[in-house]
Amino acid sequence: MSELLRAYLTVVVFLAAAGMLVGVSLGMGRLLRPKRPSAQKAMTYESGVDPVGSIFGQSQVRYYIFALLFVMFDVEAVFIFPWALGLEVYGVFGLVEMTIFIVILALGLLYAWRKGVLRWV
Amino acid sequence: MGDPLQGGDPIFIGGIDFGVVALVVLKVLIGFTFVMVGVIFMIWFERKLIADMQNRIGPNRAGKWGLLQTLADGIKLIFKEDLMPNKADRLVFRLAPYLTVAPAFLTFTIVPIGGLFGTGENGTIEVFGYRTFVQVADPPIGVLFLLAMSSVAVYGVMLAGWSSGSKYPLLGSVRASAQMVSYEAALGLSVVAVVLLTGSLSTHDIVSAQSGGFADWNIWRTGVVPFLVFCIAATAELNRPPFDLVEAEQELVGGFHTEYSSMRFGMFYLAEFMNTITMSAIIVTLFLGGPDGPSLFGPDIIWPTIWFMGKLFIFLFTFVWLRATLPRFRYDQLMDLGWKRLIPLSLAWLLVIGAIRIADDEGWNVALVIGISLASCVVGALALVGASRAGRIRRRAEEALR
Repeated sequence: MSELLRAYLTVVVFLAAAGMLVGVSLGMGRLLRPKRPSAQKAMTYESGVDPVGSIFGQSQVRYYIFALLFVMFDVEAVFIFPWALGLEVYGVFGLVEMTIFIVILALGLLYAWRKGVLRWV
Repeated sequence: MGDPLQGGDPIFIGGIDFGVVALVVLKVLIGFTFVMVGVIFMIWFERKLIADMQNRIGPNRAGKWGLLQTLADGIKLIFKEDLMPNKADRLVFRLAPYLTVAPAFLTFTIVPIGGLFGTGENGTIEVFGYRTFVQVADPPIGVLFLLAMSSVAVYGVMLAGWSSGSKYPLLGSVRASAQMVSYEAALGLSVVAVVLLTGSLSTHDIVSAQSGGFADWNIWRTGVVPFLVFCIAATAELNRPPFDLVEAEQELVGGFHTEYSSMRFGMFYLAEFMNTITMSAIIVTLFLGGPDGPSLFGPDIIWPTIWFMGKLFIFLFTFVWLRATLPRFRYDQLMDLGWKRLIPLSLAWLLVIGAIRIADDEGWNVALVIGISLASCVVGALALVGASRAGRIRRRAEEALR
């Protein structure tokens, strides 16, 4: 096992413990709980009345736009974290570059703002 | 501080033998117990405290002061019938609780819960002849691990709502994911400030860089702003009040887990409180020096853990306090706060801290640099406020014309 991966050994063991907790408690539930299915119980919940139509109706497109914006900022993090780690290494050059990068990014956000994308109607 | 890519729990230095594996399992058991006991306590604490604040009695039947209430609830849930809607996607419906609980647990692994920092021991203790950190794991990319796990948590919420095949859960989960990803951007950007100061992503290094006493804590060294942004973003990330639009009962019934029942619902409930504890622990680690604090009396080794628990408790209390005090945000206000306030603020603050560090390094006049960068921040903020006010006035004029 490589040096780098060793640190994750504990994480993997912990993940197994977490999975076991869910598995065991759900398994215990399966053994202990009653099971009397009926058509009514299997119906989806809609405030007590019979459900109408399919669930995949039309939804607001805004959620999707926010997801797109998020991708922009998440990709940006990929560039910012290495700079933050090597701040002294890149020095003034890095700072100027990063300022330009962040300003461009902020312009993107400003554009979205100006376009009214961030306004929730 | 060592090589940032090395990670470096000293337990693995001598290779992996039987003792190391046993110790790893022991650490996992201790961490696991800590989280589980914490969750059981937290659920009781939240209910009791909120009852006190609302002039009620709260749980008082199961055990002394109702302390065993959580266990009683758990046992009740196990005996309940488990329903799955006929329109549900059966595989994903079963998978979602795992996806929600796993990240809640895993984030806790990177939190140092004790150990003396700032001394020769550097946060290690000796157990059975092995030196080890008092944290479950120390991956070299600790902070990124935190961000990754909070991203995975979105999957659990999203898939739970989607696979239910029901309208309210779908709406709740779409809302929740939009909220969580929005605030994740602010969360990530405010952590960068800490990384800038420490030069390492490992939580152990971040804590040991803060071990010089009260004034060395990152909350002061980063200038409080990233701390505030992180706390707000963390509250939104946890879907806790005042950002609990996910389960706005009046609009969405129970939110994304409406269709879940029995122990499967219990898992979501558990994960929610587990996330609260973990996030508080992360705030303490990143900004408040983790287990840092003076040893008062008795053996030195117990004090870091006591300090850690104390700081953790303050945040747990605050989360409950917020819930008892503040009304829920409206969705547009929530998005505005995230995108128009927190993200620009943390971006600007990031550059300010970077400039100060570089100025310090290059021997420029630090006070001048701070002045100039803060001034440009203020100018930028004023320009933004002006622009958005102009936009609002124009919009109003257009609406009046219509």
